[in-house]
Amino acid sequence: MSTWRIARLVAAKDLRVEWRSRVVVNQVLPFAALVMVMFAFALDNTQLLTRVAPGLVWLATMFSLVVMVQRSFAVETADGALDALQVAGVRPGGIFLGKALALGAQLAVLQLVLLGAAIVLYRTELVAGGIVLLVTTYLAATTGLAFVGTLYGGLAAGAKGRETLLPLLMLPVVAPVLIGATRATEAALGTEGATPSDGWPWIGLLALFALVFGVGGTLAFGSLIDE
Amino acid sequence: MEPAVQPTVRDAVHPAVALVDVVAVLGSFPALAGASLTVQRGEIVLLRGPNGAGKTSLLRLCAGLLPVERGAATVLGCDLVADRTSVRNRVGLLGHANGLYADLTVADNVRFWGATVRATDHEIDASLQRMGLANRLADVPVGRLSAGQRRRTALACLVARRAELWLLDEPHAGLDAAGRDELDATLRGAAAAGATVIVASHELERAGALASRVVEVVGGQVRELER
Repeated sequence: MSTWRIARLVAAKDLRVEWRSRVVVNQVLPFAALVMVMFAFALDNTQLLTRVAPGLVWLATMFSLVVMVQRSFAVETADGALDALQVAGVRPGGIFLGKALALGAQLAVLQLVLLGAAIVLYRTELVAGGIVLLVTTYLAATTGLAFVGTLYGGLAAGAKGRETLLPLLMLPVVAPVLIGATRATEAALGTEGATPSDGWPWIGLLALFALVFGVGGTLAFGSLIDE
Repeated sequence: MEPAVQPTVRDAVHPAVALVDVVAVLGSFPALAGASLTVQRGEIVLLRGPNGAGKTSLLRLCAGLLPVERGAATVLGCDLVADRTSVRNRVGLLGHANGLYADLTVADNVRFWGATVRATDHEIDASLQRMGLANRLADVPVGRLSAGQRRRTALACLVARRAELWLLDEPHAGLDAAGRDELDATLRGAAAAGATVIVASHELERAGALASRVVEVVGGQVRELER
């Protein structure tokens, strides 16, 4: 089977697992919303919250990403399905792309909720001129996060103490996405007088990040899960 | 059901499994210490031996999951020393884990594993039927099944995958009397259709009656037994 066909099969399976279990909907989304509420309690200043809202949204995304990646690979390792996928001769690159696709789709839903929470809790306002930049930022950053999450999820899947190892390994690596996506989102929302043109250079960084981890992950995933 | 890959002329002249003085390690522990075994196509071979003797490692090596450190190993005509991944889509391994997704239904699981070899709907239905799952159980999430029902589901997935070489580790474990009979009939049917079956089991009476040959694994080595 082609890599792309495997990717679609694995992505459909992962989304079906979520549809049946509702773990992301019932647990991860409330967790992310709770993090946003806690930020509001901790800072307790509307002006300050509005100013730092883009960073808080992406920080909440990173925390939620860790939980989602752990869930995505717990499903594979709980009953030896990852081994079974290898024995089935399924192309590892297809598994990587499929899992990243499903993770990206779930992240996109999560980010809509977080953006909604920012509008409600932090009085964040969308600017018409920045919508294209905002959507592009979300697409590029989500793609990069999905690739990194899947790559490091696969790396940690067979390791002892993977629950604590995953954030240790992954969070430093996604720092460029946190910085780039926060700056681009600030530009899209006009935070502190920023304009959309200030944000586009960051899109280049996000796109490069996604490309590097997408290609690298597709090529390296087989060796990672084999070890 | 037909095997996933039709045997070629080259396959016909090779035994299904040919291991010569194979050494394999798990970490620093020698799992196989000079194991030699030849299994002809269509045979059902029982591996017996005490716990930790190397039966599971032998099965995992034949499935291309465990690397060959020394010796020669050919499975279905594929040289595992040169590339152990080459055999993977032609074998089916049922280990201690079932390789199932607990949140998906029985039918979802069989459909997913069948899709990895492009099994048709008819073949999926036949696999469910063969293992006595084409009833109300088909729509039950695997997580709600008993251990025996999960084992049946895993076997149905294996049937749907149309493997040429079946590698089964304690396949009767957890099955009720009817399930054991269905399993034995399925294995005999698969062997009659040209598949090769290697069963590791402590249930010597039942598995011994099923097998055409019995070998003993002790201390990582294989010894032929008189029947």
